[in-house]
Amino acid sequence: MKQLLLGDEAIALGAIHAGLSGVYAYPGTPSTEITEFIQGNALARERGLHSRWCTNEKTAMEAALGMSFMGKRALVCMKHVGLNVCADPFVNSAMTGVGGGVVVLVADDPSMHSSQDEQDSRHYGRFAMIPTFEPSSQQEAYDMMAVAFDYSERQCLPVLMRVTTRMAHSRAVVEVADEARPENAINYDAQAANWVLLPANARRRNDIVCAQQPQLEADAAVSPYNVLTDAPDHSLGIIASGIAYNYVCECFADGCPYPLLKISQYPLPKTLVRRLLDACQRVIVVEEGQPFIEEQVRGVAESRHILGRLTGELPRTGELTPDCVAKALKAQLAINDGQCADTKDSHAHAPLSIENKPLVVPRPPALCQGCGHRDVYTALNQVLQEYDHARVFGDIGCYTLGFLPPYRAIHSCVDMGASITMAKGAADAGQWPAVAIIGDSTFTHSGMTGLLDAINENADITVIISDNLTTAMTGGQDSAGTNKFEAICRGLGVPDEHLHVVVPLPKNMPEITRIIREEINYHGVSVIIPRRECIQTFKRHAKEKKNSKQ
Amino acid sequence: MKVDIILCGVGGQGILSIATIIGEAAMNENLYIKQAEVHGMSQRGGDVQSNLRISSSPIASDLIPRGKADVIISMEPMEALRYAPCLAPDGWVITSSVPFVNIPNYPDVDSLHQALAELPHVVSLDIEQLAKDAAIPRSANMILLGAAQRALGIDFDKLCDAVRRVFARKGDAVVEANLRALAIGRDAR
Ligand SMILES: Cc1ncc(C[n+]2csc(CCOP(=O)(O)OP(=O)(O)O)c2C)c(N)n1
Repeated sequence: MKQLLLGDEAIALGAIHAGLSGVYAYPGTPSTEITEFIQGNALARERGLHSRWCTNEKTAMEAALGMSFMGKRALVCMKHVGLNVCADPFVNSAMTGVGGGVVVLVADDPSMHSSQDEQDSRHYGRFAMIPTFEPSSQQEAYDMMAVAFDYSERQCLPVLMRVTTRMAHSRAVVEVADEARPENAINYDAQAANWVLLPANARRRNDIVCAQQPQLEADAAVSPYNVLTDAPDHSLGIIASGIAYNYVCECFADGCPYPLLKISQYPLPKTLVRRLLDACQRVIVVEEGQPFIEEQVRGVAESRHILGRLTGELPRTGELTPDCVAKALKAQLAINDGQCADTKDSHAHAPLSIENKPLVVPRPPALCQGCGHRDVYTALNQVLQEYDHARVFGDIGCYTLGFLPPYRAIHSCVDMGASITMAKGAADAGQWPAVAIIGDSTFTHSGMTGLLDAINENADITVIISDNLTTAMTGGQDSAGTNKFEAICRGLGVPDEHLHVVVPLPKNMPEITRIIREEINYHGVSVIIPRRECIQTFKRHAKEKKNSKQ
Repeated sequence: MKVDIILCGVGGQGILSIATIIGEAAMNENLYIKQAEVHGMSQRGGDVQSNLRISSSPIASDLIPRGKADVIISMEPMEALRYAPCLAPDGWVITSSVPFVNIPNYPDVDSLHQALAELPHVVSLDIEQLAKDAAIPRSANMILLGAAQRALGIDFDKLCDAVRRVFARKGDAVVEANLRALAIGRDAR
């Protein structure tokens, strides 16, 4: 059967068809649609597959390991920075090994369309000695899920599947199976000697996993996803991985004139690389993300002429485009022909400015009209202008847009949860007022532990948990702590008289500003929870209500 | 056949529904399709675009090379101009003429329209007025798609069939409104 699917949807359907028993995930662009697809899929519902959102990536990874321990197949999904959050269980999962297959799907975001950094997850796969897949088309992404689960079970290791934004968020027609493999039955095969990572056990497992590596590489060398295609012109060779392979093919409508090595499964098969290097005068490496292959290829043949992101033929950072790949390849072509590269682009022309005034200006994202975060920042700014050097430690979510005009309200945003802990560190350094602003989902993801640190030392900070009852930035997923925030804060030790809930609306401005002022002037931990539903989910819920009445 | 299309506008204007209809029509014709979208951060009132490629032979890249777009379909005039450098020398621009002003430094609207008019083939329509006049204010994006039909080289009937299939679960009234919108767009240019 043919279906038009997003890369993310192809992955989700591939996993369901591969006999998945549960997906464990925390939302994050560009990975969110995988879990959402499984949540909405009829077969997944019929089978009762686990698909509820987790509190963060670490809880997700660990729950998946638990399911695997019982012999069933589990998928973990996250964006690239989520892998930092679950690095501990991820790396250790190679030591425990798996029972039922585990695929860890990580969506990287080169060019940082919606992220704080451009890290390349393939490094994590290599670091943890975990085999890694990198599909180059939606069809391959679908097909690979079954292969990856099988391989995970055969090797007793989790498999890392790495995609990038353009694979996750691009649609294509995918041929999918009509039937799904059954789920694995529960079993009690897991051996405590593997799963209890006391040093004696872990050392033994470490030796086993190290000894597996040559086999993993040999498998990659004969993988149908890693293909070396010869061609007559050996003046240049090309290595292209994942989606970058498509940009190379786009340049050569009549087929690539140079030997081309497509890489979609790691560890990097050095035998194939060496064959290409031996045959070609120069080799250019085209890969999305960091120069992961390029650096390893330099290790295979240091003295060779190896080109890529490290040598400037391709941009050192940022997403690849068909244009920058074409430019790099045309330049090589020109060197071969002894002529100058023709990389001028030909396109329709219209003036983009008039009298030096631009006709096209940036249109940055902004907080929605009617959003409660707006009222929170209005109140906060009003109070903080009464102090000389107030500092506001922000966090990750829609409210990060409070950095932009007209609010210019936050001074930092590093990683999920860092608002509270950085405010505490600043207060430790003598800063006052030190304010943390954090969203509800971010608070349960990684803010609670930091709040406990602050309470244990009664740090002089004011924490604002701006609660819009959802995970808004990623499209309005359920938020793990909804209805529990007062109880959580009390449980962690926030005193009742310094725990406040307000409704962020313009008419409540006098009350909100008074409370913020009082709590800043109180020299200890206080928590203020402005609570009003996200305007986007509010509209969606109103529509759903209307439709269900009809 | 091979058509490379850039769809653009401001987050929430409905460019993805246009993409869905074209994609549905193309899939029904057994054509190859690649459609890259942008989700996440950029949707909060920022500019959004999608690269849509359809072809009778396999498509390699998900992104359209610069200067190779055959058609730009834009829900907003400044956004149309933003992607002009992507347009092939003889490409078409089908755009809404109505500015969406959510930034303080929006350029002078007359100059904007003049600049657009310098492109080789431009259709600029007040789709919002057309939609209001026809009492289908929520189908402005389908009016734009109707206007783009000829440049896309997809049969009008095939687009209508796609609308019927995609909107079927939303009821007959929604299907009818969107079919009318397609026809209004086709006839307006
Ligand atoms: C480790 C990590 N996981 C996921 C994300 C993606 N992400 C960015 S903001 C956000 C949600 C924030 O929700 P909330 O704190 O409730 O704020 P809101 O957007 O609702 O205002 C998520 C999941 C991330 N940046 N880092």
